Amino acid sequence: MKKYLALFKTKFLAGLQYRGAAFAGIITQICWGFLEILLFKSFYTSKPENFPMSFQAMSSYIWLQQAFISLYMLWFWENDIFSDIKSGNVAYTLARPVSVYSMWFMQNLASRTAKASLRAIPILFIGFLLPQPYGLSGPYSLVSFLLFICSMILAVLVLVALMMPLYFIAFYTLEPMGPRMVFQTLGDFLSGAIIPLPFLPNGFRQFVESLPFASVQNVPFRIYSGDLAGEKCIEAVVLQVFWLVFLLIIGKVLERCVQNKIIVQGG
Amino acid sequence: MRLYYRYFLVQIQSVLAYKLSFLLTTIGQFLVSFNLFLGVYFMLLRFPTIKGYNFKECLLCFSLFLLSFSLAEMFFRGFDSFAQIIGNGEFDRILVRPKSPILQVLGSKIEFTRIGRMVQSVGMFSYAVWQINIEWSMTKIVTLILMIAGGTVLFASLFILYAAFCFFTLEGLEFMNIFTDGAREFGRYPIEVYGKKILKITTYLIPYALVQYYPFLYLIDRSSNSSTLFLPILAMLFFLPCYGVWKLGLRHYQSTGS
Repeated sequence: MKKYLALFKTKFLAGLQYRGAAFAGIITQICWGFLEILLFKSFYTSKPENFPMSFQAMSSYIWLQQAFISLYMLWFWENDIFSDIKSGNVAYTLARPVSVYSMWFMQNLASRTAKASLRAIPILFIGFLLPQPYGLSGPYSLVSFLLFICSMILAVLVLVALMMPLYFIAFYTLEPMGPRMVFQTLGDFLSGAIIPLPFLPNGFRQFVESLPFASVQNVPFRIYSGDLAGEKCIEAVVLQVFWLVFLLIIGKVLERCVQNKIIVQGG
Repeated sequence: MRLYYRYFLVQIQSVLAYKLSFLLTTIGQFLVSFNLFLGVYFMLLRFPTIKGYNFKECLLCFSLFLLSFSLAEMFFRGFDSFAQIIGNGEFDRILVRPKSPILQVLGSKIEFTRIGRMVQSVGMFSYAVWQINIEWSMTKIVTLILMIAGGTVLFASLFILYAAFCFFTLEGLEFMNIFTDGAREFGRYPIEVYGKKILKITTYLIPYALVQYYPFLYLIDRSSNSSTLFLPILAMLFFLPCYGVWKLGLRHYQSTGS
């Protein structure tokens, strides 16, 4: 465990180096947030009764989404893992007395948290400064807030666990671009990054909410604003735990498969 | 022009070498904009109209914008990797050759995988044109073509501007994405949806509204002013300042890399 934590720390510190990029990212995300809010406001004014959540909850959702975008973005991959697999350098990694799965898991987790910790605070701050109902409101209740924190952590773990199999698939396909693009675009929609899941029509919505993608950003952001509260909220968190365990098992099995039957590229 | 054509052929051959990968990436690109389409679809399923625009109208608006974006992207996105070209010193090699640098940068990377997006926007565009109730007249058809042309030039200018900034910063500027990819995403709806201020910015500063909103109003008979026809042409003038910045950057350029 200690070596994985050390790895986390190095990768995290490396991630903190990119401050210039973070600044540009913050500006982009704030503009993006404003436009999203203006867009949803137009929908709201056209027919308020069809809005599936309060406008306040919607605004909070958008600002949280913008603030933590680098934590939950699906299109961000550790490219050096892919290039290692393609070039054959992965042999060095496999030869080390560590689990590749845990190592890559930590690497993903570290660069995401490092990126997010640079960007989140200023965006949240701007969100708080904005007048209601367009800004970020305070958490719904103390219980919601505590659950929100747990759920945020679970969400990022689920996300990384969900992405891990794609790295292992690269051992077989070598060129990871195709599966990756299909995964990330479908995932974007199913996780509520394009439109929040409550906007989907009934029936389809329940189906999407049971998928692992919905356990990523959809759950914590909605807990925060109280859109998910009480029993529903507990259910959603339990579902997160379930998906995390399930995906970890799948990942470990894949790791075993790859290790037993591997053809390393290059020479 | 002949040189560009040659670049074009070489690039096609190089992509076709990896057939499966090309196919999958194309499917991926297709899905990216399909996602946005689903977003619009589900939103307008819940709210029948937004600011009085219905689904079909939004679809036309979206597909027009997406079509110009993908055209511009396919031919001008070579500038996307411009930061790398400058960074590794490759640009110096380009400069010593007796051909226009813009042409060489463009030729060095032509994005065929973006064909997926292209196919999708053409499909969506045909569907929207087929579904929507518009009495087509000669002026309307001309307006439509000018909208696409104007949009393509606008996005191409933005790609050049992005590259021009690289001369000064030596790295890509992420916030420029809001003007290219961001515009593509937010151009799903007529710009009026984002309120008066955004409409002003996109009229006078970066003329998206001139190629999207005003001519679009004429297309769907919300405005009878057929002189909006000329607005996309006006928007094309946006190319000039961008080209100016590029020229300025070129003069300012000091070699990097080794």
